[in-house]
Amino acid sequence: MDLKGRRRRVLPGFGITMGFTLTYLSLMVLIPLAGLFIMSSRLSWTDFFSRAVLDPRVLAAYRLSFGAAFIAATINALFGFVVAWVLVRYRFRGKRIVDALVDLPFALPTAVSGITLTTLYASTGWVGGLLAPLGIPVAYTPAGIVVALILIGLPFAVRTVQPALEDMDVELEEAATSLGAGRLQVLSRVILPAILPSILSGFTLAFARGIGEFGSVYFIAGNMPMKTEIAPLLIIIKLEQYDSLGAAAIGVVMLVVSFSMIFIINMLQFWSRRYQ
Amino acid sequence: MAGAVQLRLHGSQRGAYAARTESPLVRRILIGTALMFLVLVLVLPLVLIFSTAFSRGIGVYLSSFTDPDALSAIRLTLLTAAVAVPLNTLFGVCAAWAIAKFEFRGKNILITLIDLPFAVSPVIAGLIFVILFGSWGFFGEWLAAYNIKIIFAKPGIIIATVFITFPFVARELIPLMQAQGSEEEQSAIVLGAGAWQTFRRVTLPNIKWGLLYGVILCNARAMGEFGAVSVVSGHIRGLTCTMPLHLEILYNEYNFAAAFAIASLLTFLALVTLVLKSIIEWRSARQTAFENPES
Repeated sequence: MDLKGRRRRVLPGFGITMGFTLTYLSLMVLIPLAGLFIMSSRLSWTDFFSRAVLDPRVLAAYRLSFGAAFIAATINALFGFVVAWVLVRYRFRGKRIVDALVDLPFALPTAVSGITLTTLYASTGWVGGLLAPLGIPVAYTPAGIVVALILIGLPFAVRTVQPALEDMDVELEEAATSLGAGRLQVLSRVILPAILPSILSGFTLAFARGIGEFGSVYFIAGNMPMKTEIAPLLIIIKLEQYDSLGAAAIGVVMLVVSFSMIFIINMLQFWSRRYQ
Repeated sequence: MAGAVQLRLHGSQRGAYAARTESPLVRRILIGTALMFLVLVLVLPLVLIFSTAFSRGIGVYLSSFTDPDALSAIRLTLLTAAVAVPLNTLFGVCAAWAIAKFEFRGKNILITLIDLPFAVSPVIAGLIFVILFGSWGFFGEWLAAYNIKIIFAKPGIIIATVFITFPFVARELIPLMQAQGSEEEQSAIVLGAGAWQTFRRVTLPNIKWGLLYGVILCNARAMGEFGAVSVVSGHIRGLTCTMPLHLEILYNEYNFAAAFAIASLLTFLALVTLVLKSIIEWRSARQTAFENPES
């Protein structure tokens, strides 16, 4: 008896839910995204490259967006690992509050984190005021953009590593210890290899979110052309100058990068599942 | 790509007892480092928001909300969430039902496509709707002929928000319902329950916490979205400004107390979301422990 075929018929509602899912997905997401690609296909290849890739102002914006997102994701991978480690392995007072607070950047509107970080890191702010005498300006510099992206990416870095650490077999570590490995050796030879895929997917998620982020960066960046102008802002500027094709071309480049990120993350998740 | 940090419904505490293996000094340094980092990145901004909001007294704080432009921004934000959240909840439940309860080819591709809006920069989310509905866009002339305004008007803000919050409920429900399987629903149907009855009496009680979390997360994002809404809004005061856009205008006018007053309201909403999430995680962990006491 074909059990699979029968099971499919037992539960009702496949046609209507699937139909609604596909219609709504197409109308809200797929067709609008396709519109962007169709719009930019009105440009010839040379036009596309000269507007979206080779223009010095656009290049500077990509370098800033990708560079700042990379630095922020690296810092997040490092501190995110420490935070996840502390939350999984140790007990301390207020742990549950700390654990809940990690998701704050995810729930907090980006405009709110933007104006808050700017006020905090401006030369008159609580933290900026301490750094300014040392000759380290943060607000309105690329460093400020990194600060904003650290806040935005933090939950991704912590929440991808946390479950991997929770699921790790303590027996493996105990075996390594009983065979004479020191604590650092256990960390580098047993723990890190097992959770490396998780750290990398956290890094990639934070990086992908960082290159597209707008709200929090917009306020702290200062938005000076060639210096602190991020790629998403450049799209808005092109739109305001009625250069819709230029805006669409930059949008396509950023989308292609984002979609490659999805591919990498899916590969990483496949890898980590195989590792277990 | 996971833009949403998923609910950890069955977080195990197994690792908690391995603490003995580090010396107390190392343990304290690591806890200290983590806490310092979190204070700098998360706590300090929180304190700043509320202290700046109240910096010019409670009178100024309250008057920030009774200002007509602020009231209109609050109304538009509520309207946007009132459209986007139910639509995306309906979609999330339908998508999760089709994906989790049935086998079909291309399932993984469908899940990836549902996640797409997470991978799209908010600015690009706004851009695609300008390209569709803007005055020079694909439907621009047609809309102008019928005198329908979408871009630089409220419909554009709502559509962009629906796009941004599209995957939130589906993302919470799909893994949850996949893990639960469909045996219980099949028994209900075989015993003669109708489709709607089966969903309401069998499926809904099983997914209610995940569903609730998806809905509040979707709501938080719908009310707080800035980038996408900023592109399609046109920033017309009192007409097409949501709360985050109103906050931007106040901030750019150096009206910091009022800007942070609006910010404090949005922050309060975010904190409520976090508290609800913790409660839901705690309740669902208890439910799991109650149903499988041996695990």
